[in-house]
Amino acid sequence: MSKIPLQFRHNGRDVAIFVDGGTNLLVALRELIGDMTPKFGCGQGGCGTCSVLIDGELHLSCLTLAETVAGRAVETLDGMKQGPNLHPLQRAFADHFAAQCGYCTPGMLMAAKALLDRNPAPSRAEVVEAISGNICRCTGYEPIIDAILAASGSRASA
Amino acid sequence: MTRHRGRGMASINYPIGMNLGGDPSQALVHSNPSGKFTVALSSIDLGQGMKSVTRQICAETLGVPVEDVYVDTADSDTGPHCMGSFASRGTHRVGNAVMAAAREARGVMMEAAAEELEVNAADLETDGRGNIHVKGAPHRSISTKDVAIAAQFKQGKTISGRGIFLVPLSNVDPETGEMSPATCYAHACLVAEVEVDDETGEVAMVRMDSAYELGRALNPRLVEQQLVGGAWMGVSHALYETPEPYYPDPVHGPRDFVEYLMPGPGDICPHDIAVLERPAPDGPFGAKGPGEMCANPVLPAVANAIFNAVGVRIDDLPITPEKVLRAIKTQGGARPQARR
Repeated sequence: MSKIPLQFRHNGRDVAIFVDGGTNLLVALRELIGDMTPKFGCGQGGCGTCSVLIDGELHLSCLTLAETVAGRAVETLDGMKQGPNLHPLQRAFADHFAAQCGYCTPGMLMAAKALLDRNPAPSRAEVVEAISGNICRCTGYEPIIDAILAASGSRASA
Repeated sequence: MTRHRGRGMASINYPIGMNLGGDPSQALVHSNPSGKFTVALSSIDLGQGMKSVTRQICAETLGVPVEDVYVDTADSDTGPHCMGSFASRGTHRVGNAVMAAAREARGVMMEAAAEELEVNAADLETDGRGNIHVKGAPHRSISTKDVAIAAQFKQGKTISGRGIFLVPLSNVDPETGEMSPATCYAHACLVAEVEVDDETGEVAMVRMDSAYELGRALNPRLVEQQLVGGAWMGVSHALYETPEPYYPDPVHGPRDFVEYLMPGPGDICPHDIAVLERPAPDGPFGAKGPGEMCANPVLPAVANAIFNAVGVRIDDLPITPEKVLRAIKTQGGARPQARR
């Protein structure tokens, strides 16, 4: 099978790689670019830990064909922190003990960022909806919801 | 269609650790050339906080700042022996081993400091900020870093310590059946409130209230985090998760996370937790540790709450809508019990 040349923006940087037809974006990011922040969970779109932003929209990278991001901007957790400083969401996750084993955390953070980018002051219900495609085994979700609310402009508590 | 509220409770008496031929764990502590300390363990931190807690225990025992301790875990090829991170044994067993190792390392550190300050080691104390000084004379002081350098380059000493904690095997008395499988027990009580839909059989969590007695909480935030998260694992086992829904018949087994159900962020409910601290005599700084009992009391409490709500007693987990509906049908309708 011939390789397909593919160019896109990865966390603000132009990247050019060759992919096999049918390669998904998760494999392209992890194995060809070396960005290990999107995690492989189920490979079927059921767990959310591979979530990335494509042109600002939340997508499951395991179900996205790599070639479909040609010329588009892909954001992963690797691009979230600003220089040496944690992003406010990352800070809030740490402060609220919103991670235990940490495997869902990259997807949770990307889902949260997608939400706050379009809705800086969400209600609790909107936060719950925004992360409802992401499964967490350890935290019971409560600390994650609290962290996202704390990082947002909203002071909603109920 | 009616939604019935019910309340159920469960109490547990939870043994910390296990009894399969004895239950040992080891730890090694040594100072680095920088004057900071490394704890070597083969125990694994799965996210529950073993690294944080053993770091605290080591720092407190050595008398150095927590920032000066690094915990290196989970290499069973090169680390000292550990039975593992299970049976809620981490804080208690591994913590005790770390404490013993740190105590021995502290002894060497104080001897090395005594030699530098030309005093008796018994007259020295640590300030917890990285210095060792003569009791009552804080100006006669040396930093742990300088002690480590002196030990390594001048005195030819290793500031290190070995620790093991072993609960020996308890044999069963052939006459009475009596044995002592654990040295330390934690306790909990949990009240679950549910809402059962008698048309769909669905069970929704309304709220949980719990009290946990787990010795001293060495890191209260981590304890709370485990209790909050673990309770949801309990709810998941009570109501959702199973690899074989018609066990022993393997039909309809889930193949992915769409079929293998777990509660999502929309299924959670308020959970009020009280942590009661009764230090354990043989625990590191009195700790027992939360561990598996975060999830344990939830299952019977939810089953009891369902009985209270609709009068059906389901003893087969998980309590799926199908089981609830079949039981209600067999019973000839929902029979709410007296509200408790």
